[in-house]
Amino acid sequence: MLLAGAPFFQWSYVTSQWSQIQADLVQHVELSLIAVGIGTVLSIPLGVLAWRRRWLRAPVFGLASGLYIIPSLALFALLGGVTGYVPPRSWVTAEVALVGYTLLILIWNTVAGLHAIPQDAREAATALGYSGRARLMRVELPLALPYIFAGLRVATSTVIGLVTVTALIGLGGLGQLITYGFNISYNTPIIVGLVLSIALAAVADLLLVGAQRLVVPWSRASRRARAAAR
Amino acid sequence: MSFLDRLFHWFTTSANWTGSSGIPAQFWHSLALSLATVGVALVLGGGLGVVLGHSGRGGLVAVNAANAFRAVPSLALLTLLAIQPAISLKWNGFLAAWIALTALAIPPILTNTYVGMREVDADVRDAARAMGLTGGQVLGRVEAPLALPFVMAGVRTAAIEVVATSTLAAYVGYSDLGTYVISGLDTQNTVLAAAGALLVGVMAALVALGLGIPLRLLTPAALRRDARVTTLQGRAGLA
Repeated sequence: MLLAGAPFFQWSYVTSQWSQIQADLVQHVELSLIAVGIGTVLSIPLGVLAWRRRWLRAPVFGLASGLYIIPSLALFALLGGVTGYVPPRSWVTAEVALVGYTLLILIWNTVAGLHAIPQDAREAATALGYSGRARLMRVELPLALPYIFAGLRVATSTVIGLVTVTALIGLGGLGQLITYGFNISYNTPIIVGLVLSIALAAVADLLLVGAQRLVVPWSRASRRARAAAR
Repeated sequence: MSFLDRLFHWFTTSANWTGSSGIPAQFWHSLALSLATVGVALVLGGGLGVVLGHSGRGGLVAVNAANAFRAVPSLALLTLLAIQPAISLKWNGFLAAWIALTALAIPPILTNTYVGMREVDADVRDAARAMGLTGGQVLGRVEAPLALPFVMAGVRTAAIEVVATSTLAAYVGYSDLGTYVISGLDTQNTVLAAAGALLVGVMAALVALGLGIPLRLLTPAALRRDARVTTLQGRAGLA
């Protein structure tokens, strides 16, 4: 189905294939949500540990940076040897790799956020009788939230971009539209995948900004926090 | 034979080290694409960043546009360019990959260069002016050297992204290290895919470490912490 002379973009494709596009979009959201969710659950405790135990910082950041530098396709291929290249087993392959990419960003920001807490605030908390776990949960982590949210924003947009590459191991969400369009030399599905992927990243970012305003009303992502996140 | 044995066997088979699709040739193809990409992106993104940063006008618009561009999935850009008849088969797929990767490499370099130029202390700039330096001299002798660590941080970020994405270029027909991975995945050949993945990983690590050294050397001690922060910048566009 090589469409010689076809217009650059065909609306009729979007209307006729809407249910498929929707299914791909849903899979994209699922893959991204699971990755960012698991990444967050792992990264915050690891960040706290790395912040408290100085000697842990080098190994934790070393491992996370190493994972981060490996190109996504290579990581999918390496992990796939163990967990599988084709669905449904490649879900595990994809998620392990995607979680790996969130770790550096999220751990880094958790540590940066905890590091940025003014000494006065910590001393005041101690004077009020907070110690150990209570001080962490009720004073320190809340004060680190602007940084953690900044990290979540970067991690989310990174993951949404990377999910398209999982099309090469039979998943891909919107990446399926891209590989499909490439295989038959048809622009329209690629453009749909590209535009929806950008739109998804934008919507996710807006949702995170909104969530941050609800959860951290006292601090609207200061410039410094955001700069450190990037 | 176990998986590791077969992997070892693949790496020790001499046929895999020779010819136009041998490891050295494919390594060079990956490197050539990455160098050409980062080179052009440095000229375009760095140049624009310097001009905008020096004049201080229009910079935020450019930086925001560059950041927004990072959300474009690299696979989409590559495939879209690769199927345009005017580009598709030029130079064995090099052209399509080159354009797509350059577009991805410009944003981090542009952003970091601009930020580096704006980070130059206004007092330093004023002092240079007061000493009689012209606009061009302030740019060349004061602003550019002080911004250099930021530029290098941007180059490093871009290079890591480019190497990662160059493996995807194999999917659209350019033959490089990524070709091992892609054909391994296509044929369910786990040994080939893993071998390619290892080679690509080695190349990415070499680039990351290799560019980290000039970054450290060029960074004045007082700026080192900041430079570390900026290396994290803009990883959202990673492939």
